[in-house]
Amino acid sequence: MKELTLSTLIAVFEEMFGPLLFWALVAAAVAVTAAFLWVLLRERGLAARRLVRAELFAPLGAVAAIAFVFWITNSGLGDIGGPVDLVMVIAIAVAGAGGLTLLAYVVQALLRRRPG
Amino acid sequence: MTHDITGPASRRAFLGLLGGGAALAAVRPVAARAQVATRARIVILGAGAAGAAMANRLAGRLEGAAITVIDGRARHLYQPGFTLIGAGLKPASYSVSATTDWLPRGVTFIAEAAAGIDPVAQRVTTAGGQAVDYDFLILATGLSLDWGGIEGFSPDLIGRDGIGAHYAGPEEAAATWREMDRFTARGGRAVIFRPETEMKCAGAPLKYAFLTEDEAARKGTRKGVEIAYFAPQKALFGVPIVAEKVRMLFESRGIRATLERTAKAIDPGRKIVTFEDADGIAHEEPYDFVNVIPPQRAPEVVRQSGLSWETKWQDQGWAEVDQTTLRHLRFPNVFAVGDIAGVPKGKTAASVKWQVPVVEDHLVADLGGPKATQGYDGYTSCPLITRVGRAMLIEFDYRNNLVPSFPGMIAPLEELWISWLMKEVALKATYNAMLRGRA
Repeated sequence: MKELTLSTLIAVFEEMFGPLLFWALVAAAVAVTAAFLWVLLRERGLAARRLVRAELFAPLGAVAAIAFVFWITNSGLGDIGGPVDLVMVIAIAVAGAGGLTLLAYVVQALLRRRPG
Repeated sequence: MTHDITGPASRRAFLGLLGGGAALAAVRPVAARAQVATRARIVILGAGAAGAAMANRLAGRLEGAAITVIDGRARHLYQPGFTLIGAGLKPASYSVSATTDWLPRGVTFIAEAAAGIDPVAQRVTTAGGQAVDYDFLILATGLSLDWGGIEGFSPDLIGRDGIGAHYAGPEEAAATWREMDRFTARGGRAVIFRPETEMKCAGAPLKYAFLTEDEAARKGTRKGVEIAYFAPQKALFGVPIVAEKVRMLFESRGIRATLERTAKAIDPGRKIVTFEDADGIAHEEPYDFVNVIPPQRAPEVVRQSGLSWETKWQDQGWAEVDQTTLRHLRFPNVFAVGDIAGVPKGKTAASVKWQVPVVEDHLVADLGGPKATQGYDGYTSCPLITRVGRAMLIEFDYRNNLVPSFPGMIAPLEELWISWLMKEVALKATYNAMLRGRA
């Protein structure tokens, strides 16, 4: 119990979001990742112009992720108190940026038949 | 009361997920533990955090055992949430669920209070007159708030004329917030204190002092607000290094602390709390807002059972158990877990999280399972909120050693946003998972 196990991790996250929403989020993340890999395989590589356009969404994803966490926790930038807080904010930003970039890339690929 | 049950595992889990899944690399599959077959009759007295977690874990480990849970309370209360309710951040409903939501299938639940325990005859009698015989008894009754310990106080005063008492329950915590909100808008003098007895989450009165100061600062009324904190002890916290840190924070935040003062009486008409000093001299302290945190004792049914310590805590009646195994020292088929356990630390949900597997280990060994190897070292944890948005993640053991889950990463004596994040987001989820026996 005092050690990290996969079941502990899943149990905590199921409680946090509710089992339905948690598994829906996991399924969504897996689906987007799978779609990205499928697009890569189909096109045998990254489409550079599409990637650049997708990356335009990265700052939006970063800011949205940070704003969301501040919102659900009744806190704000002024509460950042130490280096580990900054690391946490950066990690949240990277997750948000990466996630939205990936999503934007996949959406463009699925909307256009040919890489553009 | 707002103590954290987030242990290293769940913290790592939480950080790992938010931090991009780095911790997932360290995840190991759970080794399923073998079930032990038994026909033992096990009675768990209480279905709070300790009782529910115990019932779930034993139901998973034992096959054929007759497990009976006895508790007259229809509502399960997530007590670590009371501070957040008392600070106006969550509604009263945040802490409320049904007792039966948390009990596993196959367990007999008697929705009555226990009226008597006879450890010699090995029998529990309920308020309805039902007699339940046991082979093993687990005391998980929690504790009683002794409102009579503050002369002139009664719970119906909560939420009126500047009187709050956020330990009393979720609705009372919400009423305490309404009084604190009014007070910080108008200004005046807040009196916040802790009792002389052992108590749930000794950090909670300190948190409430910090939160009151923070609320006044946010409203821009800080200049017109005085916050006076009183404690019967010689220090602000039981762990010396933490006490010193809190003293420094109080000083920097302008919260005046007076030690060796025990609250004895309240006069709601004159708005005075009377404290007694170490020499028994009375001191009257006027208030515009007060948060009454009364003395805390073992429930009467335990105190009458002969299971309490006779050599210490005579006025409080905690169960006489070994502090490592939590087994009763005179009745080896009795264990105590949670607030009722007569051990020097640990009336928190974090302690419950650490204690429950220890009792499980020893009880299952008694029933023919593998030899017991686990022991409780007094671990407890407290996200000591210092303002809305920041907390210090304090973890310690019987020896007053700090035992941080993330040494070198999350400093225990630093006010951090990440520690607040855990309190706000991960704590209740971890608590719920613990109740289900999954964390």
